[in-house]
Amino acid sequence: MFDYHALLPEFILGATLLVVLGVDLLVAPRRRWLAGAAGIVGLLAAGVPLLTLAGVGGTREMFAGSYVVDDFALVVKGLFLVAGAIVLLASMSYLRGDRYYEGEYYFLILASIAGAVVMASARDLITMFIGLELVSAPAFLLAGWRKGDLRSNEASLKFFLIGVLSSAVLLFGMSLVYGTTGESTFTRIAGATAAVSGESAFVLGVLFTLVGFGFKIAAVPFHFWAPDTYQGAPLPVAAYLSVGSKGAGVVGLLTICYSAFAGARDVWGPALWVLAALTMTVGNLTALRQSNVVRLLGYSSVAHAGFILVPFAMAAAFEGPALEEAFFGSLTYLLVYAFMNLGAFAAVIAIAERTGSREIDDWAGLARYSPTLATLLGVFFFSLAGIPPLAGWFAKFVMFKAVLGDPGNAWGVSLAVIAAVNAVIALFFYARVLKAAFMDPAPESLPEGAPLSRPLAAALVITLAVTLAAGFYPQLLAFFGEAARGLALP
Amino acid sequence: MDAPLRAAMDFPILSVIVLLPAVGGLMVLALPRRRGELVLPVALALSLITLGAACWLLASFETGVAGFQFEEQVIWYEPWGVSYHLGVDGISLLMVLLTAFLFPIALLASTSITTRVRGYFASMLFLEAGILGVFVALDLLVFFAFWEVMLVPMYFIIGIWGGERRIYAALKFFLFTALGSALMLAGILALALTAGDQLGRPTFDFVELLGVDLGRAAQFWLFGAFALSFGIKVPVFPLHTWLPDAHVEAPTAGSVILAGVLLKMGAYGLIRFNLTLFPEATVDLVPLLAVLAVIGIIYGAVVATVQKDIKRLVAYSSVSHLGFVVLGIFALTSQGLQGGVIQMVNHGLTTGALFLLVGMIYERRHTRQIADYGGLATVMPLFAGAFLFVSLASIGLPPLNGFVGEFLVLLGSYLSLPGYAVAASLGVVLAAVYLLWAYQRMFTGPITVEANRGLADLGFREVALLAPIVALVLFLGIFPKPALDRVEPAVQGILDRIEMTTDYQVPQFGIEADLPEAEARP
Repeated sequence: MFDYHALLPEFILGATLLVVLGVDLLVAPRRRWLAGAAGIVGLLAAGVPLLTLAGVGGTREMFAGSYVVDDFALVVKGLFLVAGAIVLLASMSYLRGDRYYEGEYYFLILASIAGAVVMASARDLITMFIGLELVSAPAFLLAGWRKGDLRSNEASLKFFLIGVLSSAVLLFGMSLVYGTTGESTFTRIAGATAAVSGESAFVLGVLFTLVGFGFKIAAVPFHFWAPDTYQGAPLPVAAYLSVGSKGAGVVGLLTICYSAFAGARDVWGPALWVLAALTMTVGNLTALRQSNVVRLLGYSSVAHAGFILVPFAMAAAFEGPALEEAFFGSLTYLLVYAFMNLGAFAAVIAIAERTGSREIDDWAGLARYSPTLATLLGVFFFSLAGIPPLAGWFAKFVMFKAVLGDPGNAWGVSLAVIAAVNAVIALFFYARVLKAAFMDPAPESLPEGAPLSRPLAAALVITLAVTLAAGFYPQLLAFFGEAARGLALP
Repeated sequence: MDAPLRAAMDFPILSVIVLLPAVGGLMVLALPRRRGELVLPVALALSLITLGAACWLLASFETGVAGFQFEEQVIWYEPWGVSYHLGVDGISLLMVLLTAFLFPIALLASTSITTRVRGYFASMLFLEAGILGVFVALDLLVFFAFWEVMLVPMYFIIGIWGGERRIYAALKFFLFTALGSALMLAGILALALTAGDQLGRPTFDFVELLGVDLGRAAQFWLFGAFALSFGIKVPVFPLHTWLPDAHVEAPTAGSVILAGVLLKMGAYGLIRFNLTLFPEATVDLVPLLAVLAVIGIIYGAVVATVQKDIKRLVAYSSVSHLGFVVLGIFALTSQGLQGGVIQMVNHGLTTGALFLLVGMIYERRHTRQIADYGGLATVMPLFAGAFLFVSLASIGLPPLNGFVGEFLVLLGSYLSLPGYAVAASLGVVLAAVYLLWAYQRMFTGPITVEANRGLADLGFREVALLAPIVALVLFLGIFPKPALDRVEPAVQGILDRIEMTTDYQVPQFGIEADLPEAEARP
């Protein structure tokens, strides 16, 4: 029953949680960063059994098929562990600033990552729901971490209310699915779909589940909490929300759509077509008007959720290889997006520390007094915009290729055109920030900012290396997407 | 083929040509801030080595052979059939040479750049690498990557080192091009996937895609996606509105490269991809493209005539000249296509030189208004001579290079589209009007503005910049055969393919187009 090898990453994460709390208790306040370091070590240690599991290979099912460790789970767990480590690195210098509840902060981030790691393996409705709650609940607290700051309070409260609402909606949808099919394990739900596919209660259940996840990944029209929360939350938390929490939502959507609802593609395919088109367009158009970089990144991450949803949209029309390609498209997009978006946030954190402002106008002339940071910002923003040879182009490419799986399909082509137009709009606002940094004159008195801290520099180096390497050599990330694509096969 | 040559063919000369400027860009960035004086020499040296490599390419290029030479192919991303595939034929050879030739001149003409020098020269060199990559790529995905890469340095060159309205112009340039390339990306993907249906696996390889039989409807869609992207770049009327802003606001060297090379990427794309991959759509859409080309020729010339700003005038003249190129391409005759290609080179040389000259006078007087000059010939005889010489080349006066190109284009388009050719010849007349009238107002007569009295004539550096262009203008005008010999097989290959895949027949002299060939031959 218990496969200790397969569960080792979760065990290590659990032990790390306790160690972090212990370190926080024992060390002097100015050495609290040790708790973060312990967290990073724990995340990396949890990655080791992933490698050995991958080496052994095969699919391991536990608890009557509700907890599965397959290649997809390994890849996604690895992503969350690495993303978590990068977020912790980016957090350390930020926390040094006001130095309170440092240990608790690391604990909460790690707990949320543990939830995401559980989600990667969850193959039944209950496990998935518990994983998702474990991702979200610490994130509510993290968003309100700067408790003296009204904006942070607002961020936390909004996020909490919307999060609870979406959980309720999701749970309602799941209960309808369970009620109509009588099953809660994904494979068995898939088996029972044919009998109930016409029932409106089942269709409603599928749609409610989508809406629930729509809130989690901030898809339009369920996105309005995201920019406010990103803006009010501490910056590293915003980075985590836009990659870790959103990623967990995408992973949940991928597993539930392609395995549990594999027979209901004609329901969620068209629904997600609409959602993808709306999310891209509204996210990008709203981002155009932002004057605050963090809000801009908030809307840009909404838009990227739309791009991730694009391959889902044509699933109803696809079979076999094309379906697999769509799954591969969304997953690979997520892998690339995680690194370049974390890099963009790390660069924004560094620049915000240097300039003391998050307003685009205050970044004028950044390239004059801090060319390295300006260049990093340029690399990550151009990558998000999809300019080769940075990794973002590959993500855009898999997305387009997936949706054009049937070149004659007018729906696919029209969504591709919408995505193409959106890619251009996105260029516009990314270029606008770079315009301020590179082309506008520097202010008379240069802002007095802190120098770049070492952990943040490490986070920047890691994300930069992946963004550059995966651009020139796409297999670096596509390999993992390829390995995990098997989940799409019924 | 003898042994040394064969060994030479294995050497990845094209990769080296593309990489050299990029390495130069990195070297410039790596220079310490204190050694600002080293930036120009290093950048210039790398671009000259690139020119040397391009000349070596020219020397070892086999004339009279159709198909691609110096091919290199390395698998890049196997599941999609993407490979790093490079190669040149006669057309891309000329474009590579033109690029490698103009960049050292543009770099040397950039001495007036004093702020953020390292960034500027690095951007220029990265730009050169991107453009060269576009001309040698034979894989559509690699082509697209280079096409996009080129965009970023140009955005910064216009936006940071440009004129007063530089930021507006940079953004406009950026967005127009990006819109085009987004459509092209969708087109490339659709093409690769359609090919995948037939071959059993997707491919982005240009040579392999030639063997794929696309449906008629698919050809029209794909032609549209590619042509829109290339048409923005050329620019074809009515997609030209970014051009005057970008050309006018860019720094001198930026304008030289924009007009000299960047616009050619669009025309090159039309020839390389639209004509060969979508022949049926090409044949059917000839009237549309020809009409737009002729409108471009006349519209560009008329608007140029009424400009008060000399740099804007030259910018609009580009719209007109590129109209000739497009007309030549879509005449679908051997003469027209050859003329179009030669005209691409000619326009690069003469308009590049005109922008250089405008930059030189601007550096002296900081005005581009024609009305602020007058009678310059008395104080700057050398400058006036150079301006007149280049203007005459641009107008198409024999024996200068412009004549060869325009004559071939008109000849070729008269064969297949006589009415359009007659209308287009009006553009030649108008070119004489706007350029000679501008010359007259700026250079002849007495000096009207006192500030112009003390202007210095061209210095040694400026003469050195112009001399190579003048020499090439004369050479190509008097003896265009070497260039034409290299272009002809490539052009013939394209036309043969169109004849093979459609029922279009390339008209020849002395043969009525609608008669079977066998009867009409003596």
